[in-house]
Amino acid sequence: MILLENVTKRFPGGQEALSGLSLTVDKGEMMFVTGHSGAGKSTLLRLIALIERPSSGQVIVDGQNTRRVKRRRIPKYRRQIGMVFQDHKLLYDRPVFDNVALPLIIAGVGHRDAGRRVRAALDQVSLLHKEKQNPETLSAGEQQRVGIARAIVTRPKLLIADEPTGNLDPDLSLEVMRIFRRFNEVGVTLLIASHDIALIDKLGCRRIALEDGRLQEGGETDEWH
Amino acid sequence: MALTRNADAVAPVRSSGPISIWMARHASTSLASLGRLFRHPLSSMMIVLVIAVTLALPAAINLVVKNARSISGGWDNALDFSVFLKQELTESEAEALGRLMEQRADVDSVTFISASQALGEFKEQSGFGAALDQLPDNPLPHTLVVRPGAGNTAASMALLHEELENLPETEYVQVDTEWVQRFHAILDIVRQAILIGAALLSIAIIVIIGNTIRLDIENRRDEIEVTKLIGASNAFVRRPFLWTGFWYGLFGGLMALALVYYGLFLLQGPVARLAGLYQSNISIAAMSLAEAAAIVGLGVFLGLFASWFTAARHMRRIEPR
Repeated sequence: MILLENVTKRFPGGQEALSGLSLTVDKGEMMFVTGHSGAGKSTLLRLIALIERPSSGQVIVDGQNTRRVKRRRIPKYRRQIGMVFQDHKLLYDRPVFDNVALPLIIAGVGHRDAGRRVRAALDQVSLLHKEKQNPETLSAGEQQRVGIARAIVTRPKLLIADEPTGNLDPDLSLEVMRIFRRFNEVGVTLLIASHDIALIDKLGCRRIALEDGRLQEGGETDEWH
Repeated sequence: MALTRNADAVAPVRSSGPISIWMARHASTSLASLGRLFRHPLSSMMIVLVIAVTLALPAAINLVVKNARSISGGWDNALDFSVFLKQELTESEAEALGRLMEQRADVDSVTFISASQALGEFKEQSGFGAALDQLPDNPLPHTLVVRPGAGNTAASMALLHEELENLPETEYVQVDTEWVQRFHAILDIVRQAILIGAALLSIAIIVIIGNTIRLDIENRRDEIEVTKLIGASNAFVRRPFLWTGFWYGLFGGLMALALVYYGLFLLQGPVARLAGLYQSNISIAAMSLAEAAAIVGLGVFLGLFASWFTAARHMRRIEPR
């Protein structure tokens, strides 16, 4: 699903966020990326979301080489990936329902269809009863679940999440991870950046560790160990 | 891809026709933009008012020129002919000719100006008094100023002109149209000036709307970033701002019409009084439907252009970080 070949990302200052990184995420896999802040986790996800482009090397997502995705086509490319952010990135001038409906509106899904799918997505994160509320009135965990509902409402094959539990206490973190796990069970590929190794080990998924933009020796664990 | 226990979510992506979706999207975006304007009524009103005043100004001046032209157009039919008679005619012969002319149906009145009268006037007005005294005899002819009747058409005026010219006693006929022509030339200049002024004011409107939209974009920067992050195209994020520009232009244009019509309403009384004094039936011509539509249309066009231009410039810069 995701293939990185010898990817380097150098910033204008000359500093390297990723140095010759190669990795594979299989279809239907749920994989974690760990590492200290500044190790390159976010840069990795940003390359996949085409927020950044690699300085050298190839990033191939679902068979598409991101190098060949023209600037004009980026919106369409992003629509096939669900994205979850540490700070939720919700819009606070509109209710939960409208936040979750936004990707469908962007994709041009008809009104009635969109309504059904938004409710289905909210149901999956158990927030159906809060659809009319403003995200501001929700707890951090609930806001993150709204963010997840928004990411999955278009039913993407790939979901990437950058520190989705970064602001949550352990109980809420586990709940969010369980939601991710359920998506994975129905075939969604997930790549999640997190530094919460204890939590990841509880889930028993494959994880890789980054250090200074490289794969950390021995940082990789096998799936289902 | 089945994600859920909910049967709805498993249904394939079903979308209505692309055109109906496109229209529905525009309808909802336009209403949302309108709602946004009404949520800040005072600042929206100020901008609409500025646009309205800027549009109303050239429109009002244009209306004044149009009315001046139509009033002076009426004067074309009341032109006097100055008939300069041949030198050999005596004063009494000339006067008799004048009385004869006055009998004509197409002539209203004839004023006789004798050669000595004309010379006296010329001495007074030209300042060549002493020099003219040196002349052995009066070089000026007797003159008849013929005022045509009100019932004349352009054709009968031309006929009268020709007949006066063909009289054996006539040396030369002069039609006093020059001042009307000059007046029309002045009106043409004013009209040109309005066009130039309107062009400059249009630029002002573009700057005003563009600046407002720019602030709006800055205020909604986060929203734009987030929507772009989840796959919105530039066209999608630009759309609400285009609608905002459209509404500003539309309301500005309509308000400009209201201002012009209010001005006309205020002038109605004084003009009627003036017409009464001149025992004439002049009245103010209002704007034609095409002119009114042009003002509103110009407002809408400027609003759309300004917002499109601004949004295109700023939208590109706002990319997710």
